[in-house]
Amino acid sequence: MQLDIRLPMGVLFLLLGVILIIYGFVSDPVIYVTHSLGQNVNLIWGSIFGAFGALMLWLARRAARKP
Amino acid sequence: MFHLAMLSSAAPGSGAVSLQLTPVDYLILGSYFAFVIGIGWTIRRYMKTSSDFFESGRSLPAWICALGFIGANLGAQEVMGMAASGAKYGIATSHFYWVGAIPAMVFVGIFMMPFYYGSKARSVPEYLKLRFDEKTRTFNALSFAVMTVFSSGISMFALAKLLNAILGWNFDGCIAVSGLVVLVYIYTGGLTSAIYNEVLQFFLIVLGFLPLVILGLQDIGGWDGLMHNLDAYSDTKDMPGAWSSSWSHLGSAAANPIGIEWFGLVAGLGFVLSFGYWCTDFLVIQRAMAAKDMNAARRTPLIAAIPKMLFPALVILPGMLAIALYHKGGTAGLALPIGADGNPDYNMVVPAMLSKYFPSGMLGIGLTALMASFMSGMAGNVTAFNTVWTYDLYQRWFKKDATDAHLIKVGRVTTVVGLLISAVCAYAATKFNNIMDMLQLVFGFVNAPLFAIFLLGMFWRRATGHGAFFGLLIGTLTAAVFQGNTLPVGETASLLKGGWMSVQQTFASSMAQSFWMAIFAFTGCFLGTFVISLGTKPNRTTDELRGLVYSLTEKTRDAPGTPWYARPTLLGGLVLSATLVLNIVFW
Repeated sequence: MQLDIRLPMGVLFLLLGVILIIYGFVSDPVIYVTHSLGQNVNLIWGSIFGAFGALMLWLARRAARKP
Repeated sequence: MFHLAMLSSAAPGSGAVSLQLTPVDYLILGSYFAFVIGIGWTIRRYMKTSSDFFESGRSLPAWICALGFIGANLGAQEVMGMAASGAKYGIATSHFYWVGAIPAMVFVGIFMMPFYYGSKARSVPEYLKLRFDEKTRTFNALSFAVMTVFSSGISMFALAKLLNAILGWNFDGCIAVSGLVVLVYIYTGGLTSAIYNEVLQFFLIVLGFLPLVILGLQDIGGWDGLMHNLDAYSDTKDMPGAWSSSWSHLGSAAANPIGIEWFGLVAGLGFVLSFGYWCTDFLVIQRAMAAKDMNAARRTPLIAAIPKMLFPALVILPGMLAIALYHKGGTAGLALPIGADGNPDYNMVVPAMLSKYFPSGMLGIGLTALMASFMSGMAGNVTAFNTVWTYDLYQRWFKKDATDAHLIKVGRVTTVVGLLISAVCAYAATKFNNIMDMLQLVFGFVNAPLFAIFLLGMFWRRATGHGAFFGLLIGTLTAAVFQGNTLPVGETASLLKGGWMSVQQTFASSMAQSFWMAIFAFTGCFLGTFVISLGTKPNRTTDELRGLVYSLTEKTRDAPGTPWYARPTLLGGLVLSATLVLNIVFW
């Protein structure tokens, strides 16, 4: 097996998740009223992106440990 | 191919939709580009042989090949074109999935992959050489090579035109950047890099568009609200209920917005076009042939069929939501630009939805997902092009004794040249739109009959090289004659629209015309190959046909103890059953 794709994928989604979560905290709440029905989608989907990234990293790590 | 036809329509017109990006959106976009290039750069050191570069060393697990298989197909035509069709035709667009894709994906996985993978052919044209002869291979390789660079160019054009329209970005800059990014990751990492990026793009597109669907559904009042508004919209088009059902309006072509009756749809789209694309197009087959073993290769299209089956929720639903919201109007409605024909500009459905529901941050994700879909479409075409050019044309006609290192070099140069030709096509599309449409039409003539020779070649040992080659020509000619004698209602006769010989038959829509053209082309090719094969001597011995023809190939059996999810036949049966249920639920 060459590079495990779950590794870069995990890092990217985790990074995107962190960016969205931080932006979700610091952004003006008005943008969520005008766009996303009042929901802070950056916070919600940032968490989902981050969790997905972490899952990919965990799977890659588990696979690397196998003999 | 119906996919190509969609691609052209995905090129947006001038729209009033405009997106405002903020630094966080650029940060997200930049992160994605850095990773895409980084993946190619990281795996460049694994590219030691031409097999590594063109076939991923036949080493990838089934799940990666499956997501690459589906990711290569998840190009712009899928995301933009299917959303546009969802708005234009409603739930019936799902026929492109549940009729026009899944059955063919199951068929290629269970029945055809043993020949492609087992024959050790490096490409689909090479299989044709082994099974038939050199001229059939070269004909297929040439038409495929031209079609792939042309498709890649159309993707490039559509991306640049879209970004220019909604973001005001420079057209030349968009062509250069998208071409360069794809170039770098394929040049360095070959097919593996393309497949890895397709996997990444797959998840990005799924997670990037899912919030759009959820927000749209919440806004319209859930599924019931969507159906209520779609029915109200259908009433204004004098086709009550047509947007909210997939089969019940297919009794006659006049009763549904697609303008097709059930037989033309099932035989034209569900059989000829769908099987012709999923079972013979090297762009997707190449992903399965990169698998680590026969079982993984066979499961590739079957695993890919699972997300494919569910994609209507991701790509068609936004279109249905858009037209329902557009019809609803008012403050909760959706503003869609109006096209020249007085109807909404369906191609702007996705940008309009992004603009409405995604604030900064998620907007960067949505735009990245959109760009990923364009680039995965381009990369799929370019990797298929460089393999077919290097193995089937260059090595065969110019340098038979080429060393392995030389083939890698040729593959890399071909990647550069392929993208340059794509860029030329993209610029040509800005000036000569009719020529592009004309080229697509010609490819339609060549591709429509193709499945017939694979079907006969794999399941009838008596089919000969002359039979296949001339059968293909007869099928292509049948398509051209059919198009020359038919016309969609409301169109004037022309080379592009048809009827340029005489108008013997009219169709309710151009889609119906192309489905029926495919049926005739397939029949012409099938009969031509059959008759000519019977009249010519077999050019392959029984031994040569082993592993290439069904009756002469040992059946692949699952090893004892293989779990259910690793058994291709069982997996295929489950996928087909689930598809049947979906068809019934949304009848």
